[in-house]
Amino acid sequence: MTVRDAMNVLGARVLVGEENLDQEVKSACGSDMMSDVLAFSKDHSILLTGLCNPQVIRTAEMLDIVCIIFVRGKKPDQTILDMAEERNLVVLETGHRMFSSCGLLYQAGLNGGAI
Amino acid sequence: MEEAIRLTYDVSPEDFTRAGEASSDVKGKLKRLGVPPDAIRKVSIAMYEGEINMVIHANGGRITVEITPQQIRMVLADQGPGIPDIEQAMQAGWSTAPDEVRNLGFGAGMGLPNMKKYTDEMKIDTVLGVGTTITMTVNI
Repeated sequence: MTVRDAMNVLGARVLVGEENLDQEVKSACGSDMMSDVLAFSKDHSILLTGLCNPQVIRTAEMLDIVCIIFVRGKKPDQTILDMAEERNLVVLETGHRMFSSCGLLYQAGLNGGAI
Repeated sequence: MEEAIRLTYDVSPEDFTRAGEASSDVKGKLKRLGVPPDAIRKVSIAMYEGEINMVIHANGGRITVEITPQQIRMVLADQGPGIPDIEQAMQAGWSTAPDEVRNLGFGAGMGLPNMKKYTDEMKIDTVLGVGTTITMTVNI
């Protein structure tokens, strides 16, 4: 699916990266612990998180993640959004909780990648 | 790239927001040098974890990165408290990070294990009350 498809599945809002919505995404990971994302994420294209600080953007950058989805209606501040824009990331925001967000995307065909 | 390229970064302890700036800069430079993506990914993750550790545990420090056509060597030196038990610190899940660090998304006890996992060689020199120097190598 594309980032746009994921956005539609979650009824999410684009905060940054409108021009990059047609990128292909194959797998996703969801966590509020960036250490775990760094430990277990392999070739994921989407990061779902309820953590709202600049280290989310840096973690995504280190792992070549293309899209960050802030769940539970978390609103990143302008510093975070500016950092995302500089790195050509897409940032989405959804009101769904983490569990539901992951479930909806999984149901729509996105997987969690190899263990 | 005929000769070694050497980069030095001072890691500021004051601002957690800025933690990762050095790793981000190195990642950009490796990309421009045409280093294979797999090696870039390993260096990025290992160095970023190390940089975060320096900010959380060691009051900042200095990172030196040496790039040659064969390998990338990172030396992370701090003057922090030192690691009392390296074996324990290397266990996945072991952490001494305070709750406020966990609230920032780190301190899951994955930092050192991750650094080892993503590098071809890792050496820890630590002296209690003096500091820690971690040397990591990623082969290209």
